[in-house]
Amino acid sequence: MLEARDLVVYRGARPVVRASGFSVAEGEHVAVLGPNGAGKSSLVMALAALLPSTGELRYRGAPINDLQAYRRRVAVVFQRPLLLDRSVRENAAIGLAIRGVGRTARNVRAEIELARLGVAHLADRPANRLSGGESQRVSIARALAVDPEILFLDEPFSALDAPTREALIADLARVLRERGVTAVMVTHDRDEALSLADRIAVVMHGELRQLDTAEAVFGMPADPEIAAFVGVENVIPAKVEASTDELTALRIGDQLVEVTALPPPGDDFPLLCVRPDDVVIARIATPSSARNSFAARIVRLEPLGRRTRLVLDCGFPLIAHVTRQSAREMELAVDDRVVASFKATVPHLLPRHRAHTARPS
Amino acid sequence: MELIVQGLAEAFRRIVSLDPTVFDAAGASLAVSGTATALSVITGIPAGAVLGLTRFRGRSLVLSIVNTGMGLPPVVVGLFVVVFIWRSGPFGDLNWYCTRQAMVTAQYLLAVPTVIGLTAVALQSLDPLLRTQLLSLGATRSQAAWILIRESRLLILGAIIAGFGAVISEIGASLMVGCNVLGDTRILTTAITLETSKGEFGSAFALAFILLGIIFGITALTTFAQQRGRPA
Repeated sequence: MLEARDLVVYRGARPVVRASGFSVAEGEHVAVLGPNGAGKSSLVMALAALLPSTGELRYRGAPINDLQAYRRRVAVVFQRPLLLDRSVRENAAIGLAIRGVGRTARNVRAEIELARLGVAHLADRPANRLSGGESQRVSIARALAVDPEILFLDEPFSALDAPTREALIADLARVLRERGVTAVMVTHDRDEALSLADRIAVVMHGELRQLDTAEAVFGMPADPEIAAFVGVENVIPAKVEASTDELTALRIGDQLVEVTALPPPGDDFPLLCVRPDDVVIARIATPSSARNSFAARIVRLEPLGRRTRLVLDCGFPLIAHVTRQSAREMELAVDDRVVASFKATVPHLLPRHRAHTARPS
Repeated sequence: MELIVQGLAEAFRRIVSLDPTVFDAAGASLAVSGTATALSVITGIPAGAVLGLTRFRGRSLVLSIVNTGMGLPPVVVGLFVVVFIWRSGPFGDLNWYCTRQAMVTAQYLLAVPTVIGLTAVALQSLDPLLRTQLLSLGATRSQAAWILIRESRLLILGAIIAGFGAVISEIGASLMVGCNVLGDTRILTTAITLETSKGEFGSAFALAFILLGIIFGITALTTFAQQRGRPA
């Protein structure tokens, strides 16, 4: 539906983000994920034709030449609600007023969208008397009222408190499903991306680094920086010892690790990526299907929300997450001897040098 | 003190008896300053919108000139207008010297920088993303500008009040270009000056009260319009 190739986005004369390949299919939801200042918003603003860019931007197969005509087929929701000093109804209807829709028709449409977002009862209220969550609901209703073919959302939940954010995310997910709207959403929150997106575009340091399914981005991040950002804390340099049809054997110090992942072509020194959640901790070695088990010493224990983060020494450093309850029941303590294991199917191998896997759908 | 009391009584008498010399001057003031303010609004708000919403080379210089214009001494403006409309001046053929047109021109030049400057400030004080939001909803540049002007209506009405207040109470330029002709270019401020110089304090007070009444009435009306719909 929307495709970008060799896109370079500018703010003033300065290039701020590059995307060699980006695409979103009709009805698809893509999350643009990355740390603060990575260039996510700039990328989405350019995709919405609100920032200048070079390269190729195609909508439904044709280059976008008439920017205003294109903008009338899409809508953007920003981080701040940006409501006008008017009633909620007038705010929700402003896009339709811009399109020359008559007052009665536009008010009806606006009220339908306000109802969909659960704020129809506020229609007559001045917008400056709304709470943050209500304002953002009105802002989303305003965008949906123009019946956009693509909805761009630029971190619309980041200024909201956690309960409001969770409620709004759930409602937005429902509305997007109901309406079948194609959506591109900027976020720096992994959970938000996972709950709303079919695919995830990862932007880091002004560059689109990976565009793939959520499973692929979180399970097979394209480079160590993405791995770190998506929570793959174990990125361990390894050496390929042998590779068969079934398994790749890797040497890490004195230890041998077996994985089903294929080594990167031509790279005998890949990086082994293991999510801390995939590491299982036991007091004693027990027979299991896990092909990788290591005697380990607990170097550090750190509370991490509802989990406990263990820093282990298995001859190489390994990080594991266990529930706080497990840590308590197993009476885990620093310097304890444990067994850390993970299945051969779990790790992902990265080339030592970064590769880009932004893949159009 | 006695003079003031006498003057107040005289003012009351003249106002109640609808003294034509007083009301002619009031009508001339309203006509000249109202026209000058209207022209400054019609031209100044779009110019202020361009300055407030766009970026171009030399914009800071233009803003500096506009801001300087907000503090122009009326007699300097009067001098320039006289030079331009003097019989031998570039616009001498218009025969505007000692006419209301000349006074409107001088007052317009005094009011328009205020309207331009404060409109630009009003628009610049809006969230810059608001314009982007409107463009993202498919607004043309002029649609977005109009919505933003409406959004800044409180400050822009303030600019109009300031512009009108500046011209209805000025005297130097109007006296120089209008010549204070009775029944034509004599406005409230020039009439007050004349009556005071003659020792006619009653007339001067009557004119002064009417001037204050006009300023208060128009300011109150615009303030009402400005504050309408604001949360308590």
